[in-house]
Amino acid sequence: MSDVLTLTGRSLRISRRQIDALITSLALPVLLLLIFVYFFGGAIQTDTASYVTYVVPGVLLLCAGFGSSTTAIAVTDDLKGGIIDRFRSLDVGGAPILAGHVLASAARNLAATTLVFGIAFAIGFRPAATAAGWLAAAAVLLAFILALSWLSATVGLLAKTSEAAGGFTFFVSFLPYPSSAFVPIDTMPGWLQGFARHQPVTHVIESLRGLLLGEPVGATPWIALAWCAGILVVSVVAAGVLFRKRTA
Amino acid sequence: MADHPDHPAIEATGLTKSYRDVQVLSDLNLTVPRGAVHALLGPNGAGKTTAVRILATLTDPDAGTARVAGHDISAARAQVRRAISLTGQFAAIDELQTGAENLRMMARLARLSRPAARARAAELLARFDLADAADRMAHTYSGGMRRRLDLAASLVGDPEVLFLDEPTTGLDPRSRQELWSVVRELAARGTTVFLTTQYLEEADQLADRIALLDGGKLVAEGTSDELKRRVAGHRLDLVLADSAAYTRLLPHAVHRSPETRTLGIPTDGSAAHVRALLDELDPDRTAIESFTLHTATLDDVFLALTRDGSTHSKDQDQNQNQDQDQDQDENQDQDQDHAHV
Repeated sequence: MSDVLTLTGRSLRISRRQIDALITSLALPVLLLLIFVYFFGGAIQTDTASYVTYVVPGVLLLCAGFGSSTTAIAVTDDLKGGIIDRFRSLDVGGAPILAGHVLASAARNLAATTLVFGIAFAIGFRPAATAAGWLAAAAVLLAFILALSWLSATVGLLAKTSEAAGGFTFFVSFLPYPSSAFVPIDTMPGWLQGFARHQPVTHVIESLRGLLLGEPVGATPWIALAWCAGILVVSVVAAGVLFRKRTA
Repeated sequence: MADHPDHPAIEATGLTKSYRDVQVLSDLNLTVPRGAVHALLGPNGAGKTTAVRILATLTDPDAGTARVAGHDISAARAQVRRAISLTGQFAAIDELQTGAENLRMMARLARLSRPAARARAAELLARFDLADAADRMAHTYSGGMRRRLDLAASLVGDPEVLFLDEPTTGLDPRSRQELWSVVRELAARGTTVFLTTQYLEEADQLADRIALLDGGKLVAEGTSDELKRRVAGHRLDLVLADSAAYTRLLPHAVHRSPETRTLGIPTDGSAAHVRALLDELDPDRTAIESFTLHTATLDDVFLALTRDGSTHSKDQDQNQNQDQDQDQDENQDQDQDHAHV
């Protein structure tokens, strides 16, 4: 455990010094929040009081998408240099090495999430959640961030170059668009609605939105958590296999 | 330190490894006594890195066994790892951490307490002449400083056996000298050093014993002097007058270059031997047009020991010559013969 904390500290120290990645992961979500609220928001009809209240969960998930590229690239870079061999020769195994990256990724995401919440409140985000609702929303978001971070670490193990690892972001940060993140699914063409309704991002967003607005959410948070658990398990197993393969 | 003080530092039997269809290591047997400096010498692709990675428990052999610091590399991996450290060909340090941060992190991972890690980092920074650069990020370091930091990082856990995979590749001659003195100092403190190198001179300068590896096989092993006795120190390159003379003298050659009708003949480099050779090979004084005398290169040593000239290209040979010449320029105060097997 102390190895994990040492390696998490290492990752966070390094990300604080990667100014460009830091700006991308912090400024881009805020910029997108402002663009959606002020450029597109006026034209989109939702059943919430204000569009900013509708869109915040989607922007939070975009944040997680941007953060995932930082994590994937960090893992790929570690593999390219000799540092993983050094860690292994110090008898630090693959699990603590990857867990260090994942925890650092979660901490980075938490910072971005806090920033987005802060800006959102300033421009009129008014959730109506109970204390339990806040806790449940936080749990769903944390589960999504953890699952995505492990998935990113796995992609980082799979990618041969940083560019390939970074390309993963494009895919992940695209997923919120065909979901209920920015526009209601009813407004999409019929053939897209099926995908949009059932993909994991929609369940996470619907859970967050419902919980934050104090509306009944039914089983949606459980479906969201099941998706996150599934992604997490597959990623952890795949990462274990890939780590052994890439470092042998 | 180790449980059994009298075991050898490294004991390998029959190590074999293939990647897909390519056999990179075949039946490698090695014994390195404690406190010795042992060099694994060979060209690129000889299997040096694979041998080191297997001994350092990072790669599993297909066959064979080895004990490092008295522990089996497969059955007691964790114990081996606690007794060794590895410095690979690529610096294993974080560019975006300072020298001190890099060392403290490694010391923490080597299970030192926070205050102990801090003290160890400061001690190593001072010892490797990096105290002034301790709080600068590693990406501002020069190549030599980076290598020293890398080596310092590998010493945080006070290893019993130190593996150095081509520690001076890519370093300028001054940094190479600095690194050599660090290795000598470590050996003087009783650390066993197992290093790989492409440079004959490096093995000669540092190692008590040298193992020659070529195509995954151990070609020869012994002290520097023992190996020197098996190969000539110099090579006499003869440019021949015609192809008949070339063909006639071919059996004597350890190096051949048909395009330029040049043959390389081993010699000790003394005037007496060169004169005798010329008389013996060309009694009529018609076959040899001109000659040059070279100090033997790594290629020549391999050729002499493997007797397989066809696999080595002329280009490789010339590169080796250049490397050797550079080394000599930097080590003018050293005995010339000393620098070559």
